[in-house]
Parts: sequence; C-alpha cells; structure tokens
Amino acid sequence: MNVETAKHRELGLTDSEFELIVEKMGREPNTVELAMFSLLWSEHCAYKHSRKLLGKLPTEGERVVMGPGENAGAVAVGSGYAVAFKVESHNHPSAVEPFQGAATGVGGILRDVFAIGARPIAILDSLRFGELDSLRSRHLLDGAVRGIGHYGNSIGVPNVGGEIYFEAPYEHNCLVNAMCIGLAKSDDMVRAAAAGVGNAVVLMGASTGRDGIGGASVLASAELGEGDEAKRPTVQIGDPFEESKVLECCLELLAKGLLVSLQDLGAAGLTSSAGEMASAGGVGIDLDVAKVPLREADMEPFEIMVSESQERMLAVVEPARVAEVLAVCEKWQTGSAEIGVVTDSGQVRILRGEEVVGEMPVEALVDGCPLYDLEPAEPAGWIYGNRATLAAGASAEDELLALLAAPSIASKRWAFEQYDSVVGSRTVRRPESADAAVLQLPECGNAIAVSIDGNGRRVACDPYAGTVEAVLECAQNLACVGAEPLGLTNCLNFGNPEKPGTAWQLERSVSALADACTALGVPVVGGNVSLYNEGPEGPIYPTPVVGMVGELPDPGQVAGSAFVAAGDAVALLGPFSPTMAGSELAKQRGELDVGLPQPDVAGVAAACATVRDAVRAGKLACVHDVSDGGLACALAECSIGAGVGCRVDLQPLRDRGCSPEEALFGEGSGGFLLSGERGALEALGAVILGAVGGTTIEIAAGDRSIVVGLGTAESAWRSLAELVESAGA
Amino acid sequence: MIWGVLQFPGSCDERDAVHACRLASGEARLVWHEDRDLGGVDGVVVPGGFSYGDYLRAGAIARFSPAMEAVAELAAAGGPVLGICNGFQVLCEAGLLPGALLLNESMRFVCRQVELVEAGSIVDLTTPGGGQVNQSTSLSIPAKHGEGRYYAPEEELDRLEANGQVAYRYAPGQNPNGSARDIAGVRSEAGNVLGLMPHPEHAVDPLTGSTDGLRVFEAMAAVAA
Amino acid sequence: MAKARVLIRPKEGILDPQGKAVERALPALGFEGIGHVHVGRMVELEAEDPERLAELCEKLLANPLIEDYEIQTL
Repeated sequence: MNVETAKHRELGLTDSEFELIVEKMGREPNTVELAMFSLLWSEHCAYKHSRKLLGKLPTEGERVVMGPGENAGAVAVGSGYAVAFKVESHNHPSAVEPFQGAATGVGGILRDVFAIGARPIAILDSLRFGELDSLRSRHLLDGAVRGIGHYGNSIGVPNVGGEIYFEAPYEHNCLVNAMCIGLAKSDDMVRAAAAGVGNAVVLMGASTGRDGIGGASVLASAELGEGDEAKRPTVQIGDPFEESKVLECCLELLAKGLLVSLQDLGAAGLTSSAGEMASAGGVGIDLDVAKVPLREADMEPFEIMVSESQERMLAVVEPARVAEVLAVCEKWQTGSAEIGVVTDSGQVRILRGEEVVGEMPVEALVDGCPLYDLEPAEPAGWIYGNRATLAAGASAEDELLALLAAPSIASKRWAFEQYDSVVGSRTVRRPESADAAVLQLPECGNAIAVSIDGNGRRVACDPYAGTVEAVLECAQNLACVGAEPLGLTNCLNFGNPEKPGTAWQLERSVSALADACTALGVPVVGGNVSLYNEGPEGPIYPTPVVGMVGELPDPGQVAGSAFVAAGDAVALLGPFSPTMAGSELAKQRGELDVGLPQPDVAGVAAACATVRDAVRAGKLACVHDVSDGGLACALAECSIGAGVGCRVDLQPLRDRGCSPEEALFGEGSGGFLLSGERGALEALGAVILGAVGGTTIEIAAGDRSIVVGLGTAESAWRSLAELVESAGA
Repeated sequence: MIWGVLQFPGSCDERDAVHACRLASGEARLVWHEDRDLGGVDGVVVPGGFSYGDYLRAGAIARFSPAMEAVAELAAAGGPVLGICNGFQVLCEAGLLPGALLLNESMRFVCRQVELVEAGSIVDLTTPGGGQVNQSTSLSIPAKHGEGRYYAPEEELDRLEANGQVAYRYAPGQNPNGSARDIAGVRSEAGNVLGLMPHPEHAVDPLTGSTDGLRVFEAMAAVAA
Repeated sequence: MAKARVLIRPKEGILDPQGKAVERALPALGFEGIGHVHVGRMVELEAEDPERLAELCEKLLANPLIEDYEIQTL
C-alpha cells in the first residue's frame, strides 16, 4: 500500500482495517467507497470496541415489542399500545457548538422514535459539564439548555425530566444525552428492514447540504484536541419546524399503510440508513445521488452520501404507491424524491445518473467491520484528582447548605423552566414535583413513568457498584410514583477504550448493567455508546446513563416528593446503608477515592415493591428517593417543596452502625424517605424519624445536629440561576 | 357550539385546544390552514405553537393563510375568536387585535404556572366597554413562551384600558416576560376577539394542573350564543 | 432582477433586550466605548419588480408597529 495515499488514516481507519476492506472488495476502494466505509466502520457507527460487551445485556421479556437493533425499543403498555423509547448521545458536537449540538441531539432521538411509527410524547435530557466557575462550562450549559428547549418546544414535545451534573472531568468533554418516549399501537409499529426487490427508495424531509460531513468519523471516533475551532463547519444545524412537518408526514404515511419500511438519517446520513436498511432486509440497494434534492449545487457523490443534514428520513415504498407518498409529503410542505430501488444484488450501489460511482457488498459495509476485544486493566487508585471547596471544620449546617447549593444538587428550575413541560396534556408530574415524570395515557387508561439517572463520579469510584446503583436509582424513582419498570435504555459515555483503564471501566460497567437488569427482570430494549470522551487532562468519569420506563395503573394516585401536611410522620424505608464513599460531601472535602460498598439489589428491589404498592394504594403523603447529598438533603428538599419544616432524629441509622456524618450526608442505594400517617408508615416496615412541621429543618444526628431555617435552606437550594447568569454566560 | 381550531405547519397545542373546547362547550374540530371555508363552525381558536417555525416574526406568515381570511370574516360578523399564545401573535399580526408580542425581557423561553387576574367581568364581553373592573377573579394557568412581552404605544394602552379591552393581567409579581402594564391578554373593541399568552387549554384537567382554563372557553362560547 | 437587502430594526423607544445584552457583554470582552447597540434582522432577496419592495416590507418583512426598515438596493 502506498504510504502517500494513506487517506484512510485521515478518515480514521487503521491500516489493517483498510487492508480488510481491500480484501473484501477484491480491490482498493475509490473515494466514495472509502468515505462510506470510514463512516460505517467508525466507532460511532460500528461499535467496534463495545459490540462484544453489549451482547451480555438481557434484551428479552414478555412486554418487549421491539428490542435492540431497531431505531428504538418498545414495550407493551396494555390496550394494544406500546411505548417506544431510546436515549442517545450528542456529546462531541455539543462540546464544539452547544446550541446546535444539543438541538440536533434532540432532533435525532425524536426521529429514531417516529421512525418506528410512534408519536413522540416526551423528552428527557441528561447533561454533564465542568464546574460552573469555568466560563466554558457556563457557556456550554447555557447553549445546551437553549438548544434543547429550542428544538423540543418548537416541535411540541414536552420535556418532562432530566438531570444535570457538574464535575471537573467533564470540563473538556461535556455530555448531552437525550431520551425520547413515543406512543403507538403495537400492531402499527414499523421496522427498518428494506424489503421487496424492485421497491422504490424515497428520501423525505430537508434538502441535503454539507452539514456534518465527516462528522461521525472525525468527531465521534477521536479525542477532542487542539484545533476544535476548525471542526465547527462539520456541526449539523437543526430545523425543528422542518422536523415537525416530516414527523406529521411520516405518521400519516404510516397510518395510511403507504410505507414498507422507514429509517431515519442520523450519523453517516444516507450511507448508514441505506446500508442498514439493506443489511436488515438481506437485500441490496441502488441509490442515484443525482436524484437527491441538494441545498448546495456542486456537491460530490461522496459528500452527498456522508452528509449529515438533519430532518431527513428514508422509506421503502411499493412502486404503485410512490405517487401517493409524494402527495402526502407535498401536503406537509416537506421535500421528497424517489432516489433509488431495492435490489437482490447484495450490494450497495451508488450511481450518478447512469454512472456507477461506488459499489460495495452490504455485508462488508455494515457488518464487516472487525470487532475488537478490550484489554482492560484496573487503574491503580483514584485517577481523577480532588479539589476541596469546603473549609475544614465546617459545621453540619454549613455542610448542608454547601450541599444544597452544589450545582449538581441544587434545584434545576433555571433549566427546566426553559422547556415546555405541558404540551400534549399528558404531564401528571412536572419536573421537580416527583422523583419520576408521569405521563397519562388516556388511550390505555393507565400511565407511564420515566426516569433518567447516572452518577459518573460514583461509577468512577467503582464501575461495577456505581452502575448497579444507577439502575437501582431509576427503579427507586419509578417506585416513588407507583410505577413498575418495563424496560430500560442506556447510553454508555466513556473515555478512550483503547486505553486499559477505560477498557476496564467499560467492561465492569456493562457487566453490572447486565447483572442488575437481570436481577430486576428489566430488559434492555436499546441504547447507545459514546466513546473517546477524553481531553488532554484525561477521560471523563465513566458515565453510564440509564433511562427507565415503567407503568402505573392510576395517574390519580401518584405521590409527590414534597411533604404535604404539618403533623405527618416522617420515616425511612429500605436497606439504606450510607457511607461517605463517592459522596458529594467527600467531593467537596477533596476526599474522593476508589471503592464503593456493593448495593443490596434484592433488598432494594423488595423496598421498591413495598413503596410502589403503598403509593398505588394512596397510603403515602410523599415519597422521595435518597440520593445525592444523602438524607439531610432529601429531608431539606421535601421541606422546601412543601414550604414547611421538619423535626427528625437519625438515631435509627446510628443504630445500624452509621456515624452521625454518614447518617446525615452519606450516600448509597436503598433509601426511601416517606411521609404520611404514622401507623400507615409503620405498617410498611418503615422506621419513624420524626414529623413534618415548623419553619426550621431540624435533624438530630448525635454530635452533629442541624437546625437551619427553611428560608435559608431554600435560598441555598435555589442558587443555581444566579450562579449561571451572574458572570454572563 | 362548534369550535374550529386552526392547524398550521408548526402548531403544537391544537389537539390540546380541541380537547379543551370539547370539555368546555360542545364540539370541536381541526381546521387546516389552507381551507378558505371554516366549515360552519361557530367560533375559532387560533392555537399555540410555532407556526411556520416563528420564522421572520412569530405569526407573521400564518396570518396570511386562507383560513385566517375566513377567521377575519367570522370576527367581523361578531363570532368568537380566541387566540392563545402563538394564536395571539397571529391575531395581532393580522390586525384583529391591537399591539404586538415581543421577545421576553429575559430573552429566555419560560414555562411556568402563572396567576392571572381577570380585568373586568368576562360575561360582559358582548357589551363593549361594559366590562369595568368591579371585582377580579384569579386564574391559575401555565404560561409557556419566548416572545410574550405585550407592547403597544402608551396612548394605545391608555385607550385599551379605558375601553375595557385589557382582558387579563398577570397578578402582581407574576409577570414572566416584561409585558407592558402586566398585560396577559386583550380583546378587540367589539369584544368578540380575545388573545392571551398563557394557555387555558392546559388548565382543564385536575390530573395535569388547575381547571381554571375552562372558564376562558366557556366565556368565549357565551359570545356565540 | 434587482438585488436588495432589507434591514429591519426595533423602533426607538421599544425595549430591545438583545441589544442591551450585547452592549453589556462588550466591556468584559475588552471592547470599550461602544453603545446604542440594537439587534435586528436582515433579509436579502432578488426582485423582478423593485417597486413593490416597500409594500413587501410593510406587509410581511417588518411589523411597522414595532420595527423600522431600510431597503438597500445592491
């Protein structure tokens, strides 16, 4: 091979990958073919470092209607309906241009959901940035929230929940994960596999320009380094108005039975859609780039094939019905063009008019990429550094206020008020009013709940235990609103898998995900992997983000997360054994280190069942999962939400062997904070801590007791807005 | 009473509006923006959303649709026309309501439950100028918009106040967007066209919030009667 | 075909939060002595009949209640 023509290296292919392509093709690939291979064989599209691991995940269950491998997963929710959902990342584009990166992340996940015929009914987002004293992080946060709001609000899908964390390891590589939920009749859902030799391939939606050319392989498969500014032109620009038209058009086409199959165009544009449709259907595809509606006149065939222009969908249509399809597109004022045909050649052929400009075997293109084994090696100790922000000798009150004010814990009202959370009239629980979002399904007579969770810092302390905790966190949040988990989606955000330490984190995390899902009986119906999230200072915290969907029978019977009435008893339920390991307080003290206790999965599952049943039976006034900041923060949050204080004694936790500090601020799975009628709580096996009342939050914990005014606590908890807006984002 | 709810490319809250109209007062259906004929509806709702992507200016393109010509005729004939959020913007652009809606002072989209004060008695809608403020009732309704700051020149605002055309104000401290004189909604001189920024169609179901929004629909339905 | 550029800006006296925000951010970025910042819109087009541009501006491109416009023929 000629070293001078090592174009493949610039496109992200290794020498041996290039040689394998030559072998499979029987010749060297031309420009078009090389571009297409480089994208489909990139990490982002081929999952070459993670595919073998992902095989471990449990994907089956009696409620699964669509599993991994389709555009989105789906679970049955009764009355013939299914809920589709998936989470996806758009990390690298957001770090370069946060508004458009986040906006197009939302656009992409919406398309994945309506590509299977489900009408999107909700969005959630899971974001991570560096600490807020960095101008860059404030800029990225501001841009990402605006972008998510812009896209979701414009297209009329409510944003009903999410999370935002601020940690130094995300300074260079922010994380923007977007989850979408959709609703469809199970029988009406459509798959992506192309079928029917001779059927037409129709492209719908926006015209094709140079957006994101090379985006997949250049951005997502390599670490971000210097010269990011030069990557700006490859960021995709989103148009939610176009997407709303495409969405209505597609749903109408599906309702009328006019499509054989449907696929959205995401990373690697036409290349991946056409390739994957052909591969899934065991057929070939001919595409004529001369028929693709273009935004810029002089685009080359390879540019057309790899463009990541947004808001486009690819459909397979019987020839007799093409005219009707084009007419529906016309009605919705969205573009459409017949650009190809399904063949039995087993090849993806790219034509420009009569001329064949590229020809590749489908199998080689889509499934021929080598899959790599990881070479994991546990790092020696804590690799992420520490930075103390809390003065030594701080009082327990000071610590509580510092925790409540921590951007990761503080109220995210500044962010979620920029999102429409009510459109669609399904939102029974708006953001921050309960531990999970709740959406009514009048069509089915029940409701669903959704939560998205993941604590990268705790996963960094112990990738196995931390990942199990993420799954349990979701399950606990669902239990708080009376929901039983139906299925799970996940986004694995990690550093460079070719480095042994990251490989170890990834391997341990996926094992944990598999084990926890199996233990809870929750199938994984889809997900996403984002690797190479690493900057000059090292990798991000290993961050598996878990999105879980559950069902509940009666949306009228959903407890909130704020105390309800003075006089109600306050109690703790579940196998909660808090420690300082990996906690927000340990972070603020600069004492983070490896090691987390292993969670009691069976115990937590049992507690979830107890809480779920109690919520459904209306036995609880409020219920709140204990997580970041420990029990003291959970108590404060319940009080602030209600505008009434509480008086509790954490002696029962001391009796379990916790130090006063652990009882107050320790973290770990398995804690449910409940309020309600004393006898009812005791009957559930909860341990009484005290009662709701007064205007102060009083927590007795041996020699570290807290008395803090409700107003003071609330000011601390609501300080995020000022922090973000102050120095001018 | 049959309501027609307009649907433009980019409308978001039209189905919610149809549902609210049905709950409050009878029948409702969607009216496609290209239909020059409203199909015999008694009243029209111009719903919330981002018609035409809010391109150029919010409501600037939608106001030229064939359906809006029909709406103007219905309004001239005294039929009830309710513009919600983007609908309010469309009605102002179309000249069916005075004033304009500008970018929120914070320059951010805001979604928040707000308390509105009814300025004047709604049931006097059919008697122009007859709705002087004797007692105000408050409504709890979600607001969700990025361009909801009501503006009209000072003399115009004085005239609207004097005529009883200010229909709703944000309760003290509740103004989410910097609207002049805390104005959340205005009605036409004849009183049968009403525009408001907050979304009454999202306050009709106790499961999802308050039910105060029903009063807005009922009051507008009374105009048709 | 006449090429034209229409500049649309908020009328004097109307609160322009975008203009204010830009103006406020300038000193921190090292730009002193800049004031009266207003943020508007620009529409470029080619017109067969340039006589109708004013009408187009009045009816669609600008809202005369809140905006001023200026047509520049290129």
